[in-house]
Amino acid sequence: MGRNAQGLEKAIGLIPGIREEFWRNVNVPGSGEELNQSLERAGRVADFLELGELICRDALAREESCGAHFREEHQTEEGEARRDDEKFCHAAVWEYQGDGTAPARNVEPLNFEYVHLAQRSYK
Amino acid sequence: MVRYELPDVSEHMSFLEMLDVLNEGLARKGEDPVTFEHDCREGICGCCGFMINGVPHGPQRGTTVCQLHMRHFHDGDELWLEPFRAAAFPVIRDLMVDRSALDRIIAAGGFVSVNTGSAPDGNALPIVKQCADMSMDAAACIGCGACVASCPNASASLFTAAKISHLALLPQGQAERDRRAVRMVAQMLEEGFGYCTNAGECEAVCPKGIKLDNIARMNRDFLKAAVLFREENAPAGAA
Repeated sequence: MGRNAQGLEKAIGLIPGIREEFWRNVNVPGSGEELNQSLERAGRVADFLELGELICRDALAREESCGAHFREEHQTEEGEARRDDEKFCHAAVWEYQGDGTAPARNVEPLNFEYVHLAQRSYK
Repeated sequence: MVRYELPDVSEHMSFLEMLDVLNEGLARKGEDPVTFEHDCREGICGCCGFMINGVPHGPQRGTTVCQLHMRHFHDGDELWLEPFRAAAFPVIRDLMVDRSALDRIIAAGGFVSVNTGSAPDGNALPIVKQCADMSMDAAACIGCGACVASCPNASASLFTAAKISHLALLPQGQAERDRRAVRMVAQMLEEGFGYCTNAGECEAVCPKGIKLDNIARMNRDFLKAAVLFREENAPAGAA
Protein backbone atom coordinates (compact mmCIF):
# COMPACT_ATOMS: atom_id res chain seq x y z
CA MET A 1 0.00 0.00 0.00
CA GLY A 2 2.97 2.29 -0.35
CA ARG A 3 2.40 5.32 -2.55
CA ASN A 4 4.91 7.31 -4.54
CA ALA A 5 4.72 10.44 -6.65
CA GLN A 6 5.37 8.65 -9.91
CA GLY A 7 2.64 6.06 -9.42
CA LEU A 8 0.13 8.64 -8.23
CA GLU A 9 0.78 10.94 -11.17
CA LYS A 10 0.36 8.02 -13.53
CA ALA A 11 -2.97 7.11 -11.95
CA ILE A 12 -4.22 10.68 -12.10
CA GLY A 13 -3.34 10.66 -15.78
CA LEU A 14 -5.20 7.43 -16.49
CA ILE A 15 -8.42 7.89 -14.56
CA PRO A 16 -10.06 10.61 -16.69
CA GLY A 17 -9.74 8.32 -19.72
CA ILE A 18 -11.36 5.45 -17.85
CA ARG A 19 -14.10 7.77 -16.69
CA GLU A 20 -14.74 9.08 -20.19
CA GLU A 21 -14.99 5.54 -21.52
CA PHE A 22 -17.39 4.63 -18.74
CA TRP A 23 -19.77 7.47 -19.52
CA ARG A 24 -19.54 6.82 -23.24
CA ASN A 25 -19.81 3.07 -23.11
CA VAL A 26 -21.81 2.07 -20.04
CA ASN A 27 -24.72 -0.27 -20.68
CA VAL A 28 -27.43 -0.36 -18.04
CA PRO A 29 -30.15 -2.94 -18.70
CA GLY A 30 -33.70 -2.20 -17.61
CA SER A 31 -35.34 1.16 -17.10
CA GLY A 32 -35.39 3.94 -14.52
CA GLU A 33 -39.08 3.35 -13.85
CA GLU A 34 -38.72 0.56 -11.33
CA LEU A 35 -36.14 -0.79 -8.90
CA ASN A 36 -33.01 -1.33 -10.96
CA GLN A 37 -29.97 -2.85 -9.26
CA SER A 38 -27.87 -2.50 -12.41
CA LEU A 39 -28.51 1.24 -12.35
CA GLU A 40 -27.54 1.28 -8.69
CA ARG A 41 -24.30 -0.49 -9.48
CA ALA A 42 -23.52 1.82 -12.42
CA GLY A 43 -24.05 4.81 -10.13
CA ARG A 44 -21.64 3.33 -7.63
CA VAL A 45 -18.97 2.77 -10.29
CA ALA A 46 -19.38 6.39 -11.39
CA ASP A 47 -18.86 7.49 -7.80
CA PHE A 48 -15.77 5.28 -7.41
CA LEU A 49 -14.23 6.83 -10.52
CA GLU A 50 -14.65 10.29 -9.00
CA LEU A 51 -13.50 9.21 -5.57
CA GLY A 52 -10.51 7.27 -6.87
CA GLU A 53 -9.11 10.29 -8.63
CA LEU A 54 -9.69 12.44 -5.56
CA ILE A 55 -7.86 9.95 -3.36
CA CYS A 56 -4.88 10.00 -5.71
CA ARG A 57 -4.77 13.80 -5.71
CA ASP A 58 -5.00 13.88 -1.96
CA ALA A 59 -2.21 11.32 -1.59
CA LEU A 60 -0.02 13.28 -4.01
CA ALA A 61 -0.59 16.57 -2.19
CA ARG A 62 0.24 15.15 1.24
CA GLU A 63 4.01 14.95 1.08
CA GLU A 64 4.57 13.02 4.26
CA SER A 65 3.65 9.64 5.63
CA CYS A 66 0.83 9.66 8.15
CA GLY A 67 -1.18 6.71 9.43
CA ALA A 68 -2.37 4.54 6.57
CA HIS A 69 -1.06 7.09 4.07
CA PHE A 70 2.48 5.88 3.40
CA ARG A 71 4.60 7.83 0.93
CA GLU A 72 7.71 5.88 0.04
CA GLU A 73 9.61 9.15 -0.32
CA HIS A 74 8.92 9.97 3.34
CA GLN A 75 10.09 7.22 5.67
CA THR A 76 12.67 6.79 8.42
CA GLU A 77 15.81 4.63 8.02
CA GLU A 78 13.93 1.76 9.67
CA GLY A 79 11.12 2.03 7.15
CA GLU A 80 8.60 3.61 9.53
CA ALA A 81 6.27 6.46 8.57
CA ARG A 82 7.81 9.92 8.76
CA ARG A 83 5.37 12.74 9.40
CA ASP A 84 5.95 16.38 8.57
CA ASP A 85 3.99 18.17 11.29
CA GLU A 86 5.36 21.57 10.29
CA LYS A 87 3.81 21.48 6.86
CA PHE A 88 0.96 18.93 7.13
CA CYS A 89 -0.60 19.13 10.56
CA HIS A 90 -4.02 19.75 9.01
CA ALA A 91 -6.98 18.03 7.39
CA ALA A 92 -7.32 18.55 3.64
CA VAL A 93 -10.86 19.33 2.53
CA TRP A 94 -11.37 19.14 -1.21
CA GLU A 95 -13.89 21.41 -2.89
CA TYR A 96 -15.63 20.51 -6.16
CA GLN A 97 -14.88 23.03 -8.92
CA GLY A 98 -16.90 21.53 -11.75
CA ASP A 99 -16.51 18.62 -14.13
CA GLY A 100 -13.15 18.53 -15.85
CA THR A 101 -11.63 20.99 -13.37
CA ALA A 102 -9.31 19.92 -10.58
CA PRO A 103 -10.89 20.30 -7.13
CA ALA A 104 -9.60 22.97 -4.75
CA ARG A 105 -7.72 21.94 -1.61
CA ASN A 106 -8.90 23.67 1.55
CA VAL A 107 -7.00 23.30 4.79
CA GLU A 108 -8.38 22.84 8.31
CA PRO A 109 -5.51 23.12 10.81
CA LEU A 110 -5.34 20.54 13.59
CA ASN A 111 -4.68 21.85 17.12
CA PHE A 112 -3.59 19.33 19.71
CA GLU A 113 -4.20 20.69 23.20
CA TYR A 114 -3.79 17.76 25.57
CA VAL A 115 -2.08 15.03 23.57
CA HIS A 116 1.21 16.24 22.16
CA LEU A 117 2.55 15.19 18.79
CA ALA A 118 5.33 12.65 19.05
CA GLN A 119 6.91 9.87 17.01
CA ARG A 120 5.68 6.47 18.15
CA SER A 121 8.13 3.61 18.36
CA TYR A 122 6.80 0.22 17.31
CA LYS A 123 9.78 -1.66 18.70
CA MET B 1 -41.88 -17.46 -14.17
CA VAL B 2 -38.65 -17.33 -16.16
CA ARG B 3 -36.36 -20.27 -16.85
CA TYR B 4 -32.60 -19.86 -17.01
CA GLU B 5 -29.99 -22.46 -17.85
CA LEU B 6 -26.60 -22.05 -16.28
CA PRO B 7 -23.78 -24.31 -17.44
CA ASP B 8 -20.34 -24.51 -15.82
CA VAL B 9 -21.36 -23.62 -12.29
CA SER B 10 -18.41 -24.21 -10.00
CA GLU B 11 -19.20 -26.17 -6.83
CA HIS B 12 -17.15 -23.61 -4.91
CA MET B 13 -19.51 -20.79 -5.80
CA SER B 14 -21.94 -19.61 -3.19
CA PHE B 15 -25.55 -19.44 -4.31
CA LEU B 16 -25.46 -15.68 -4.64
CA GLU B 17 -22.18 -15.82 -6.55
CA MET B 18 -23.95 -18.13 -8.98
CA LEU B 19 -26.75 -15.58 -9.33
CA ASP B 20 -24.10 -12.90 -9.92
CA VAL B 21 -22.72 -14.99 -12.79
CA LEU B 22 -26.24 -15.45 -14.17
CA ASN B 23 -26.87 -11.71 -13.94
CA GLU B 24 -23.62 -10.81 -15.59
CA GLY B 25 -24.51 -13.04 -18.51
CA LEU B 26 -27.98 -11.52 -18.75
CA ALA B 27 -26.61 -7.98 -18.64
CA ARG B 28 -24.19 -8.79 -21.43
CA LYS B 29 -27.10 -9.99 -23.56
CA GLY B 30 -29.03 -6.80 -22.71
CA GLU B 31 -31.64 -8.71 -20.69
CA ASP B 32 -32.92 -7.74 -17.26
CA PRO B 33 -30.92 -9.33 -14.43
CA VAL B 34 -32.64 -11.11 -11.54
CA THR B 35 -33.18 -8.72 -8.63
CA PHE B 36 -32.35 -10.04 -5.18
CA GLU B 37 -31.32 -8.45 -1.93
CA HIS B 38 -27.98 -9.03 -0.25
CA ASP B 39 -25.47 -7.17 1.89
CA CYS B 40 -22.96 -8.84 4.15
CA ARG B 41 -22.87 -12.10 2.22
CA GLU B 42 -21.81 -13.86 5.40
CA GLY B 43 -25.02 -14.82 7.13
CA ILE B 44 -25.40 -12.05 9.67
CA CYS B 45 -27.19 -9.05 8.20
CA GLY B 46 -30.53 -10.65 7.37
CA CYS B 47 -30.81 -8.99 3.95
CA CYS B 48 -30.63 -11.98 1.68
CA GLY B 49 -33.31 -14.59 1.51
CA PHE B 50 -35.60 -16.34 -0.91
CA MET B 51 -37.16 -19.77 -1.38
CA ILE B 52 -35.15 -22.49 -3.05
CA ASN B 53 -37.40 -25.40 -4.01
CA GLY B 54 -39.93 -24.28 -1.43
CA VAL B 55 -37.53 -23.87 1.50
CA PRO B 56 -36.41 -20.44 2.72
CA HIS B 57 -32.64 -20.15 2.37
CA GLY B 58 -32.46 -23.56 0.71
CA PRO B 59 -31.72 -27.07 1.94
CA GLN B 60 -28.89 -26.45 4.43
CA ARG B 61 -30.02 -26.14 8.06
CA GLY B 62 -28.88 -23.13 10.02
CA THR B 63 -27.54 -21.21 7.04
CA THR B 64 -28.68 -18.29 4.96
CA VAL B 65 -28.77 -18.30 1.19
CA CYS B 66 -25.47 -16.42 1.04
CA GLN B 67 -23.82 -19.21 3.02
CA LEU B 68 -25.15 -21.94 0.74
CA HIS B 69 -22.62 -23.35 -1.70
CA MET B 70 -23.24 -25.07 -4.98
CA ARG B 71 -21.51 -28.26 -3.84
CA HIS B 72 -24.81 -29.06 -2.14
CA PHE B 73 -26.45 -29.46 -5.54
CA HIS B 74 -25.91 -31.71 -8.53
CA ASP B 75 -25.29 -31.09 -12.17
CA GLY B 76 -28.65 -30.92 -13.91
CA ASP B 77 -30.64 -29.95 -10.80
CA GLU B 78 -33.67 -27.76 -11.32
CA LEU B 79 -33.94 -24.99 -8.72
CA TRP B 80 -37.18 -23.07 -8.22
CA LEU B 81 -36.49 -19.64 -6.78
CA GLU B 82 -39.34 -17.63 -5.31
CA PRO B 83 -39.51 -14.56 -3.08
CA PHE B 84 -40.62 -14.86 0.56
CA ARG B 85 -44.39 -14.88 0.27
CA ALA B 86 -46.65 -13.17 2.82
CA ALA B 87 -49.36 -10.55 2.64
CA ALA B 88 -47.20 -8.43 4.94
CA PHE B 89 -44.20 -8.74 2.58
CA PRO B 90 -45.23 -7.06 -0.67
CA VAL B 91 -43.03 -8.12 -3.57
CA ILE B 92 -40.85 -5.27 -4.85
CA ARG B 93 -39.33 -7.11 -7.77
CA ASP B 94 -38.28 -10.65 -8.62
CA LEU B 95 -36.86 -12.11 -5.40
CA MET B 96 -36.92 -8.89 -3.40
CA VAL B 97 -39.73 -8.21 -0.92
CA ASP B 98 -40.50 -5.31 1.37
CA ARG B 99 -39.83 -6.41 4.95
CA SER B 100 -40.27 -3.05 6.64
CA ALA B 101 -43.19 -4.62 8.55
CA LEU B 102 -40.53 -6.31 10.70
CA ASP B 103 -38.91 -2.91 11.35
CA ARG B 104 -42.27 -1.53 12.49
CA ILE B 105 -42.70 -4.43 14.92
CA ILE B 106 -39.34 -3.59 16.48
CA ALA B 107 -40.19 0.10 16.55
CA ALA B 108 -43.37 -0.76 18.45
CA GLY B 109 -41.50 -2.15 21.43
CA GLY B 110 -38.36 -4.09 20.63
CA PHE B 111 -36.10 -1.84 22.69
CA VAL B 112 -35.23 -0.76 26.22
CA SER B 113 -35.89 2.90 26.89
CA VAL B 114 -35.37 3.16 30.64
CA ASN B 115 -33.13 6.00 31.68
CA THR B 116 -30.07 4.59 33.40
CA GLY B 117 -28.00 7.76 33.57
CA SER B 118 -24.45 6.93 32.58
CA ALA B 119 -23.82 3.29 31.70
CA PRO B 120 -23.82 1.20 34.87
CA ASP B 121 -21.09 -1.35 35.51
CA GLY B 122 -22.21 -4.54 33.77
CA ASN B 123 -21.25 -6.60 36.79
CA ALA B 124 -23.48 -4.50 39.03
CA LEU B 125 -26.56 -6.18 37.54
CA PRO B 126 -26.65 -9.82 38.61
CA ILE B 127 -27.89 -12.26 35.99
CA VAL B 128 -27.76 -16.01 35.85
CA LYS B 129 -25.45 -17.17 33.04
CA GLN B 130 -28.14 -19.43 31.60
CA CYS B 131 -30.47 -16.44 31.26
CA ALA B 132 -27.76 -14.39 29.62
CA ASP B 133 -27.09 -17.28 27.24
CA MET B 134 -30.77 -17.71 26.37
CA SER B 135 -31.05 -13.98 25.81
CA MET B 136 -28.02 -14.06 23.52
CA ASP B 137 -29.51 -16.97 21.59
CA ALA B 138 -32.74 -15.04 21.11
CA ALA B 139 -30.80 -11.92 20.17
CA ALA B 140 -29.17 -13.89 17.34
CA CYS B 141 -32.25 -13.29 15.19
CA ILE B 142 -31.14 -11.44 12.05
CA GLY B 143 -34.63 -10.43 10.94
CA CYS B 144 -34.49 -12.17 7.58
CA GLY B 145 -38.13 -13.23 7.58
CA ALA B 146 -37.55 -16.88 6.70
CA CYS B 147 -39.83 -17.81 9.58
CA VAL B 148 -42.67 -15.84 8.03
CA ALA B 149 -42.04 -17.37 4.62
CA SER B 150 -42.09 -20.94 5.87
CA CYS B 151 -45.11 -20.55 8.15
CA PRO B 152 -48.37 -21.84 6.65
CA ASN B 153 -50.08 -18.88 8.35
CA ALA B 154 -47.31 -16.37 7.48
CA SER B 155 -46.98 -15.62 11.17
CA ALA B 156 -44.13 -13.43 12.41
CA SER B 157 -44.35 -15.03 15.83
CA LEU B 158 -40.83 -16.42 15.92
CA PHE B 159 -39.36 -13.06 14.93
CA THR B 160 -41.46 -11.08 17.43
CA ALA B 161 -40.93 -13.68 20.13
CA ALA B 162 -37.17 -13.63 19.62
CA LYS B 163 -37.00 -9.91 20.32
CA ILE B 164 -39.47 -10.09 23.21
CA SER B 165 -37.47 -12.97 24.74
CA HIS B 166 -34.11 -11.32 24.21
CA LEU B 167 -35.21 -8.36 26.33
CA ALA B 168 -37.53 -10.21 28.71
CA LEU B 169 -34.62 -12.34 29.93
CA LEU B 170 -32.47 -9.35 30.88
CA PRO B 171 -32.75 -7.18 34.02
CA GLN B 172 -32.83 -4.02 31.91
CA GLY B 173 -35.86 -5.32 30.03
CA GLN B 174 -38.08 -5.96 33.06
CA ALA B 175 -39.37 -2.44 33.51
CA GLU B 176 -41.09 -2.41 30.12
CA ARG B 177 -41.73 -6.12 29.75
CA ASP B 178 -45.50 -6.04 29.80
CA ARG B 179 -46.01 -3.07 27.48
CA ARG B 180 -43.41 -4.51 25.11
CA ALA B 181 -45.38 -7.72 24.70
CA VAL B 182 -48.70 -5.96 24.22
CA ARG B 183 -47.41 -3.42 21.72
CA MET B 184 -45.25 -5.73 19.64
CA VAL B 185 -47.94 -8.37 19.32
CA ALA B 186 -50.48 -5.72 18.40
CA GLN B 187 -48.16 -4.35 15.71
CA MET B 188 -47.43 -7.83 14.39
CA LEU B 189 -51.13 -8.50 13.90
CA GLU B 190 -51.82 -5.04 12.50
CA GLU B 191 -49.23 -5.68 9.79
CA GLY B 192 -51.26 -8.59 8.54
CA PHE B 193 -49.08 -11.47 9.72
CA GLY B 194 -50.96 -14.63 10.62
CA TYR B 195 -51.44 -16.37 13.94
CA CYS B 196 -49.27 -19.12 15.38
CA THR B 197 -50.69 -22.63 15.34
CA ASN B 198 -47.52 -24.39 16.53
CA ALA B 199 -46.61 -25.77 13.11
CA GLY B 200 -42.91 -25.37 13.91
CA GLU B 201 -41.76 -24.69 10.35
CA CYS B 202 -40.19 -21.44 11.50
CA GLU B 203 -37.72 -23.04 13.89
CA ALA B 204 -36.77 -25.60 11.27
CA VAL B 205 -35.81 -23.03 8.62
CA CYS B 206 -34.38 -20.33 10.86
CA PRO B 207 -30.78 -19.72 9.77
CA LYS B 208 -29.86 -18.81 13.35
CA GLY B 209 -31.65 -21.70 15.02
CA ILE B 210 -34.01 -19.53 17.07
CA LYS B 211 -36.03 -21.88 19.29
CA LEU B 212 -39.78 -22.32 19.38
CA ASP B 213 -39.60 -21.89 23.18
CA ASN B 214 -39.37 -18.16 22.58
CA ILE B 215 -42.93 -18.19 21.27
CA ALA B 216 -44.06 -19.77 24.51
CA ARG B 217 -42.39 -16.95 26.42
CA MET B 218 -44.05 -14.36 24.20
CA ASN B 219 -47.44 -15.98 24.75
CA ARG B 220 -46.92 -16.01 28.50
CA ASP B 221 -45.77 -12.38 28.61
CA PHE B 222 -48.63 -11.33 26.34
CA LEU B 223 -51.30 -13.16 28.35
CA LYS B 224 -50.01 -11.78 31.63
CA ALA B 225 -49.88 -8.26 30.20
CA ALA B 226 -53.29 -8.57 28.58
CA VAL B 227 -54.73 -9.28 32.03
CA LEU B 228 -52.62 -7.00 34.22
CA PHE B 229 -51.19 -4.17 32.13
CA ARG B 230 -52.94 -0.88 31.64
CA GLU B 231 -51.53 2.00 29.57
CA GLU B 232 -50.42 4.74 31.93
CA ASN B 233 -52.10 8.08 31.76
CA ALA B 234 -49.38 10.49 32.85
CA PRO B 235 -50.55 13.98 33.81
CA ALA B 236 -48.74 16.83 32.04
CA GLY B 237 -45.13 17.36 33.09
CA ALA B 238 -44.41 13.75 33.97
CA ALA B 239 -43.31 12.68 30.49
